[in-house]
Amino acid sequence: MELHDVWFVLIAVLWTGYFFLEGFDFGIGVLTKLLARDRKERRVLINTIGPVWDGNEVWLLSAGGATFAAFPEWYATLFSGFYLPLLIILVCLIVRGVAFEYRAKRSGEKWQTNWEHAIFWTSLIPAVLWGVAFGNIVRGVKIDADMEYVGNFWDLLNPYAILGGLVTLFLFTFHGAVFAGLKTAGDIRERAGRLALKLGIVTAVLALGFLIWTQLDNGDGWSLLAMIVAAVALVAAVALIAVGREGWSFAFSGVTVAAVVAMLFLTLFPNVMPSSLDDAWSLTVTNASSTPYTLKIMTWCAGIATPVVLMYQGWTYWVFRKRIGTQHIAEAH
Amino acid sequence: MELALAPETLARWQFGITTVYHFLFVPLTISLAALTAGLQTAWVRTNNEKYLRATKFWGKLFLINIAMGVVTGIVQEFQFGMNWSDYSRFVGDIFGAPLAFEALIAFFFESTFIGLWIFGWDKLPKKIHLACIWMVSIGTILSAYFILAANSWMQHPVGYRINKERGRAELTDFWHVLTQNTALAQFFHTITAAFLVGGAFMVGIAAFHLARKKHIPVMRTSLRLGLITVVIAGLLTAISGDQLGKVMFKQQPMKMAAAEALWEGQDSAPFSIFAVGDVAKGHNTVEISIPGILSFLADDSFTSYVPGINDINKAEQEKFGPGDYRPNIPVAFWSFRWMIGFGMASFALGILGLWLTRKKFMLPPGLRTGEDEVPHLVLFKNKALSPKLTKCYWIVALWTLLFPLIANSWGWIFTEMGRQPWVVYGVLQTRDAVSPGVSQGEVLTSMIGFTLLYAVLAVVEVKLLVKYIKAGPPELTEADLNPPTRIGGDHDDADRPMAFSY
Repeated sequence: MELHDVWFVLIAVLWTGYFFLEGFDFGIGVLTKLLARDRKERRVLINTIGPVWDGNEVWLLSAGGATFAAFPEWYATLFSGFYLPLLIILVCLIVRGVAFEYRAKRSGEKWQTNWEHAIFWTSLIPAVLWGVAFGNIVRGVKIDADMEYVGNFWDLLNPYAILGGLVTLFLFTFHGAVFAGLKTAGDIRERAGRLALKLGIVTAVLALGFLIWTQLDNGDGWSLLAMIVAAVALVAAVALIAVGREGWSFAFSGVTVAAVVAMLFLTLFPNVMPSSLDDAWSLTVTNASSTPYTLKIMTWCAGIATPVVLMYQGWTYWVFRKRIGTQHIAEAH
Repeated sequence: MELALAPETLARWQFGITTVYHFLFVPLTISLAALTAGLQTAWVRTNNEKYLRATKFWGKLFLINIAMGVVTGIVQEFQFGMNWSDYSRFVGDIFGAPLAFEALIAFFFESTFIGLWIFGWDKLPKKIHLACIWMVSIGTILSAYFILAANSWMQHPVGYRINKERGRAELTDFWHVLTQNTALAQFFHTITAAFLVGGAFMVGIAAFHLARKKHIPVMRTSLRLGLITVVIAGLLTAISGDQLGKVMFKQQPMKMAAAEALWEGQDSAPFSIFAVGDVAKGHNTVEISIPGILSFLADDSFTSYVPGINDINKAEQEKFGPGDYRPNIPVAFWSFRWMIGFGMASFALGILGLWLTRKKFMLPPGLRTGEDEVPHLVLFKNKALSPKLTKCYWIVALWTLLFPLIANSWGWIFTEMGRQPWVVYGVLQTRDAVSPGVSQGEVLTSMIGFTLLYAVLAVVEVKLLVKYIKAGPPELTEADLNPPTRIGGDHDDADRPMAFSY
């Protein structure tokens, strides 16, 4: 296994971290309209991710930065090629971060309602678009001999990618509902469990369709294995939430996210961005990667930093381990 | 959609808008993190409640500000790929590494511990909670270091070779990239300038409250901390700026010549206070200048030879082939002056303020004031300034609170515009760095989108800042004064509302 292969795995790990963590916080954002009955319940949900969403989002910046460093051609083609979807994601993430921080800083009804709408939409839209983006990456897009994307915005909205977008939306919302079941107390906790069950079933149907499609198009033995893990984990997560075992259910919804990401990356390898025009024009782990020297430095950095990050981020979750109910939300401040 | 513009024009405008905007939040974040941490340290060590109230007050402003810094920073991570894909392909092997380091080491630190700090008042023992804000502060400073190392490589590329076959620059010595003198000088200058911003911000707001005789104990402390910060940071900014200028003179002589609009090289080169140039003719028509100063800024000697814009342009044409290697001279000239002018005006006001509010041992007993009194402003021995002049000082301090921030912006505009037409000095020109596959319509869409969004957010942010500035430091609650002793919070009352919630 050469260093660029190691980095392919590490990029997959960073995206897995991102989708695992920000996956449930996108889900929580969507649930502020699906699950919460009033402002207080919306605030309960928002506060379950309050101390952690910012740290969760850094997984995206790390995935982006690491892609730039380890696979500059991939970074360049992907972000110049998927220009408009990325622009929409960036705008959403900007508004979303500000919405969390500023919503409670004024007491006006309109002010708070507007930021609550913002939280919902800016969580929902990226949750869909990341699925669309990864669907397109795996399926292959029009890349020419110079590694430039030559398709347009509408090419990205094909049925396979749209299905991918629905899968990430439902999977993240399910993952978020399980997280809500795990982190809240009182009435909302019961309803989170029941909603998770419904969301889990829809997710299972959509995900199965998407993963089988992926497997038939590009799969091999390893991706099949990942698909089976994803399917089993999802079924387990749904079954466990049905019997009220939120902690275990959350672990399995997390495994589902990881297995789906793993499957997508396994079908991709050794390409990083296949060309639908000509196989010879695909970006691969070899033609898109940095020099072994840069990769070696990056390996040291990621090898040391990532476990440390996991430790202190894990500690954060432990510090804020208590469930939150409506009684914990102060009236005004 | 294609406009009659050079392909790089819109992309440059977009980068300029998003980056200058992002950097409005960065220096205040860096300095307020450390200053808030300092105030909280004083609270933990002395148990004096005014420090806790100050921590909560400045901490709140810090949080409103860092939220914007964080979200506008996300764009920075991705816009190299979006608008500058050829740049990314060419330099990614080198430039990507410090960016990834920044994310993996600094951003995680900052973002994780900021969450712990915001929500941790009733979840963490006093000292651990204090450690969290210091971690945030360390994160902001580390982040500055990595991104400045990356930027320094664009100013003065080192530790690389060109791979002709792959058509890119490749890293050969990462340590050199991280520790070259450009990076160290830029880091020193940027950090000290950031503290100048935070200091002036603190002084201005403290002056606002003191002028109205409100929240006196907290604002007295803040005024003093702010003034000391302004004076130390101002002095260090001047020293580091001088060092950076000398590094720049050796590495980017064109930028130095452009900073002065020095068209022809000369010994004892002057520094002009004012000049109106005629770019087409290549000389200045009006000029007021002090001889020798530019030579000193560039080379530590009042008599050294400083090459002019025309000389350097000719030399670069010989070296790199035909072309125009001059940056926009009026922009370079004026941005350099505005950087120095706005920054040093605040420094001067800080020195004045520190003298006016000097401590008791230098004052006669009659002019000394207690903890809960507005300090007298004493210019000469034994006599306080008249109420009118006192008010005048407070007002000037308030209205100049953003001067160092303006200086920071002009400093970056100078640094980046002065390097043109290069994006990586001597290696890659800006026009060869844009994304060939991205249409002008797309760039225009994103530029308009970001500009409108940023404008709206600026209004929202400033209004919130003003609201919390006017409100002053919060009253302390029972819970504030009795922080938990166990991690995760004490368990005496499981239903107690959270100390902070969104």
